[in-house]
Amino acid sequence: MFKNFKHEKIETNAGLLLVLTMLAVSIGGLVEIAPLFFLKDTVESVDGVRPYTPLESRGRDIFIREGCYTCHSQMIRPFRDEQLRYGHYSLAAESKYDHPFQWGSKRTGPDLARVGGKYSNEWHVQHLIKPKSVVPESVMPNYPWLQETKLDVSDIGDRLRALRMTGVPYSANDEEYQRNVKTFGEDVAKTLHIPDALKNLVGQAQQGNFDGDRSSVSEMDAMVAYLQVLGTMVDFSKIKPEDLVKFR
Amino acid sequence: MADNTHSQESSKGVQTTGHVWDGDLQELNNPLPVWWTYTFYATMVFALVYWLVYPSWPIGKGFLPGMNSISYVNAAGEEESWHWNTRAKLLKETQDAVIAQKTYYDKIASLSYEQIANDPELSSFILSAGKAVFSDNCAACHQSGGQGKVGFFPNLTDDDWLYGGSYEEINASLTKGRHGYMPAYGEALDGAQIDQLAHYVFSLSGGNADAEKAAKGKQLFHAHAGACYYCHGDDAKGRKILGSANLTDQVWLWADVPGASDDVMKIDAIKKIIAGGLDRGVMPAWEGRLSADQIKLLTVYVHELGGGK
Repeated sequence: MFKNFKHEKIETNAGLLLVLTMLAVSIGGLVEIAPLFFLKDTVESVDGVRPYTPLESRGRDIFIREGCYTCHSQMIRPFRDEQLRYGHYSLAAESKYDHPFQWGSKRTGPDLARVGGKYSNEWHVQHLIKPKSVVPESVMPNYPWLQETKLDVSDIGDRLRALRMTGVPYSANDEEYQRNVKTFGEDVAKTLHIPDALKNLVGQAQQGNFDGDRSSVSEMDAMVAYLQVLGTMVDFSKIKPEDLVKFR
Repeated sequence: MADNTHSQESSKGVQTTGHVWDGDLQELNNPLPVWWTYTFYATMVFALVYWLVYPSWPIGKGFLPGMNSISYVNAAGEEESWHWNTRAKLLKETQDAVIAQKTYYDKIASLSYEQIANDPELSSFILSAGKAVFSDNCAACHQSGGQGKVGFFPNLTDDDWLYGGSYEEINASLTKGRHGYMPAYGEALDGAQIDQLAHYVFSLSGGNADAEKAAKGKQLFHAHAGACYYCHGDDAKGRKILGSANLTDQVWLWADVPGASDDVMKIDAIKKIIAGGLDRGVMPAWEGRLSADQIKLLTVYVHELGGGK
């Protein structure tokens, strides 16, 4: 059926070549990405996942700023070896408020999807300042400035408003706040209210005392607060394993 | 070897693109080799078969589920199956592995700590399985050999235990976690008093302290002003229930006395802790992250690191 077809026809016609190349390339995206927006089981319905508090959110910004994702993934794949080392495999639902997500693609260091609660705050502080001091074989660089640098909190409201535009349910008015109370409960809803963002951020840093220094809110406070919440939102003891199987 | 004597003559009859350079340099347009073409078609057929066997093409709100299914045991204990996917495969593999290790874990669950430690077969299981669990979860703080780190994390290989070194006490520390605390005396006491206390504490471990200062420090230790005895005990040997340190055994966790070069520095290290207090020494709770059996296994492993009581 290709008897009269010559690829010369395509190769010598830049416009046709462009259109046909785009068509061929788009098939991959159409088949692999587009259906995820329509499949009913893409994002699992599980309880507990909430947007980050203002302090955790700033920690996440620093995580991205320092390029942590280039060496650390946040995606535990459903394999036995990964489950034994890192814990329960990651759910799509657990990163539904991440913009952009931090799944990563390269593990020079370990996966961090469930690092929350695994180590103490002190360990994180010491480890971020000088990783080799607690893990002698580590090749991770030192991040001493996190402890020394005061966290820039001047634009916290704007940052949450930007996330709100991407669909993260931070509340900007009373109506949205009431909606959050219904979805997440009052305690969580309070932390998502943009007008109170600065107060909540400082309050959490003071109370959590993540960097061991209550005198000021450092970038370390935000970073450790973020690391300590990773992977802790879903209570897997309340979920039957076979229910998660059926989301795929 | 490439045939670089290939001449214009020998390629006569082959279609060219019509491009000519340097008078006689032409671009030939040979058809693809037959084996290549058919391999290419074969990959297409393979893809079609693969799509049918494994979950693939989206259709409406669902997708082709593939032809395989996987059976596993659900939470109610019943056999159940679902179309092949990596989560079902993992669940099945995990359940198979649990069955493979069942004889060991059944024994661990049913036997006492002493019985486990004295059973040669179980001990070797604990040595290998415990080492893996310890390396993944504990070594980041307590270091790979359990030797800890002065100023940060307790040594698990010596016989000094803040919260007790019996099987039950180690198990409790692992399950529920710990949080060290000592109030700061920097404001309650003046510099001279803290100095005296430090000399006394240093002398308790056989340090070369000023005898006069140490005597005054001893008074403070037992008096209402310092009230150190309240947590560290009248004999300064610590109280397990509070996790307060034994100050008489020459083992230092927070004050880096062994690392200090001379007596003045050693006493300075002690003074820093008395003045500043401690609100660290947090051991995470492992229940929830590790199973009760894993914690029991770790308990015996840590106990057998050398310091268990």
